[in-house]
Amino acid sequence: MKPEETDKTKPIEMATIKSLDDLRKIKSEVQTKLSLRERSNHPEQLVQIRVAMATCGIASGAKTVMDYMVNELDKRNIAAVVTQTGCMGYCYAEPTIEVTIPGKDPLVFGYVDTKKADQIIEKYIKNGELVEGIIPVNYESIEGK
Amino acid sequence: MAKYKMHLLVCGGTGCRASESEAIFQDLKTALLNRGLENEVQVITTGCFGFCEKGPIVKVMPDNTFYTQVTPADVNEIIEEHVIKGRKVNRLLYENPETAEKVEDSKHMGFYRKQLRIALRNCGFIDPENIDEYIGRDGYQALGKCLSELTPEQVIEIMKKSGLRGRGGGGFPAGLKWEITRQSKADQKYVVCNADEGDPGAFMDRSILEGDPHSVIEAMAICGYCIDATKGLVYIRAEYPLAIERLKIAINQAREYGLLGKDILGSGFDFDIELRYGAGAFVCGEETALIHSMEGLRGEPTMKPPFPSVSGYLSKPTNVNNVETFANVPVIINRGPEWFAAIGTEKSRGTKVFALAGKINNVGLIEVPMGITLRDVIFEIGGGIKDGKKFKAVQTGGPSGGCLTHRHLDTPIDYDNLISAGSMMGSGGMIVMDEDDCMVSIAKFYLDFTVEESCGKCSPCRIGNKRLIEILDKICQGKGTMEDLDNLRNLSQVIKDTSLCGLGQTSPNPVLSTMENFYEEYIAHVVDKKCPSGQCKALLQYTIDEENCVGCTACARNCPVNAISGERKGLHIIDQAVCIKCGACIEKCKFNAVFIK
Repeated sequence: MKPEETDKTKPIEMATIKSLDDLRKIKSEVQTKLSLRERSNHPEQLVQIRVAMATCGIASGAKTVMDYMVNELDKRNIAAVVTQTGCMGYCYAEPTIEVTIPGKDPLVFGYVDTKKADQIIEKYIKNGELVEGIIPVNYESIEGK
Repeated sequence: MAKYKMHLLVCGGTGCRASESEAIFQDLKTALLNRGLENEVQVITTGCFGFCEKGPIVKVMPDNTFYTQVTPADVNEIIEEHVIKGRKVNRLLYENPETAEKVEDSKHMGFYRKQLRIALRNCGFIDPENIDEYIGRDGYQALGKCLSELTPEQVIEIMKKSGLRGRGGGGFPAGLKWEITRQSKADQKYVVCNADEGDPGAFMDRSILEGDPHSVIEAMAICGYCIDATKGLVYIRAEYPLAIERLKIAINQAREYGLLGKDILGSGFDFDIELRYGAGAFVCGEETALIHSMEGLRGEPTMKPPFPSVSGYLSKPTNVNNVETFANVPVIINRGPEWFAAIGTEKSRGTKVFALAGKINNVGLIEVPMGITLRDVIFEIGGGIKDGKKFKAVQTGGPSGGCLTHRHLDTPIDYDNLISAGSMMGSGGMIVMDEDDCMVSIAKFYLDFTVEESCGKCSPCRIGNKRLIEILDKICQGKGTMEDLDNLRNLSQVIKDTSLCGLGQTSPNPVLSTMENFYEEYIAHVVDKKCPSGQCKALLQYTIDEENCVGCTACARNCPVNAISGERKGLHIIDQAVCIKCGACIEKCKFNAVFIK
């Protein structure tokens, strides 16, 4: 699966939402889609990668890393979804990316350049072997509260 | 090729490294090698776990075992028991201090996670340019609930009960502000989002807008519903191009879905949002100045009252809230005011986002419950001071705030405690300083900023701050007198008491708080003509030691202003009148003969 290419000013299927029930329907649809991403029928094949792309991340090279990830995963035939996201808060370690291998907890890697990205693909994604630069998650989300 | 079944994660944060985590790492590797397990178990160092107090930390994956206070002597036991026999080493497990029970799986540890993300809930998690991802995380549910199930009065009641206070710095209760604006009668009212983040070192609003723009849009619509406004305006500085782009995308997507525009969710409620760009003037973060700037006038504040909630944008009732305040709103509606009010302290509910910067290891964006101590923020989450230096002070509240010292490390952080400690919450910049920072220069730095940013409308701020900085400059030059110190204090008080707006009323805070907490440094500058941290160049004196100087001429050859004289193989001397204190001589001297007095 290639990352979806969308006209960024428009969401994928745009229909006006007319009521709260409509909204709830969309929410559950989207949630299935999102969880599909995480637990697909082929968990060994689908990897999810989030690249922190706030101004600071981009300034330290996140865009290059994201492009590299998209291209290389495709070239190396690894089914993965690469998405951009906002600031993860680990400014000292930009660029940062989060890699979720299905069935495993998400891992955040810091100081990712293209060389490190290559290692992450070859070692972690292909082999489950960890590479240097892991940032332990140090916050609680509201879901846990 | 190695296929690892187990991973041992050793904390490589500064705190843990100081207590031998590197030796633990090496010993684990050797122990595995000796047992021929190097291809089954991988050892790796990681970044800081934010639990330095109980370090060094070793985490075992995949079973998420979290060992604390591990020493190299424990390595064999971990390998023999846990890795080989699969039995956890009980005595190294983290003990929950409340129940005295050992915690086996770090997922149940919660306790060590000192951060709780409410305003940042989606930041770094969803794609900010895809509204569906926001909806999938409860997005726009709160708006839907308000429009179809709650009256504006009920929503305001929820907001008041939650205890949410303005996150821009002032700390005014948000619900109360909404209520006052609702009570003002007018044919048109406005919701304004203040995204004019101007404190040096603060970037939480930018990060929220870049990472989760819909949360702000949703909250503005909810606010509009409560106060009867159909129009929202985001005042954002033009220096934030990415935040602007993502906001625009988000607004367009919300319009396409009908979540902005006419008859939202079939409720008959209309609301739309426009952007207004600021030119990056600090004073425009003040709400009256912000409103004037949006009106196309000079960004100058005016006297309050009338408050914007009575007469604001185009003289209509206007509710101004900060980005982070808005970002909290949908969660409060979805989870209820009691949930929110249970977090934080009695008078400051919820969490606060801080931008940690300065001489700290884990520079970053954090969100912590109110009431956490500075010590936790700096030494646990922040991973301590860079290069093992000593903590000296932390500046909160930007140019309007003050410095807190080690005396305040255990003070719970909330609006009121920070004010009684001589600082303020501000928008959440936290700049950490170590022993090398000169507090007089720091006060001067912030004052420099205020002088530059003063709009010039009222004289206490325009002239008074200029005089303050001249006195500070004099002190840094070593020309200060004790009378200057008295003048600093008196003038600061006058500026505080007589300035028109918040900028002037708070601008002397950096001076007052450094004088309060570091008076001895001022005395050193004035009486001894010395800068204890060696930052004020004018007060430094480079001298050559007679004993060590061999007369190699390296210093004299490298001096850019020819201030050093001396014969080859003879003692060299620095002419203090010519010396510009650049430090080139110290760098070039191979015999440690040049020193600073």
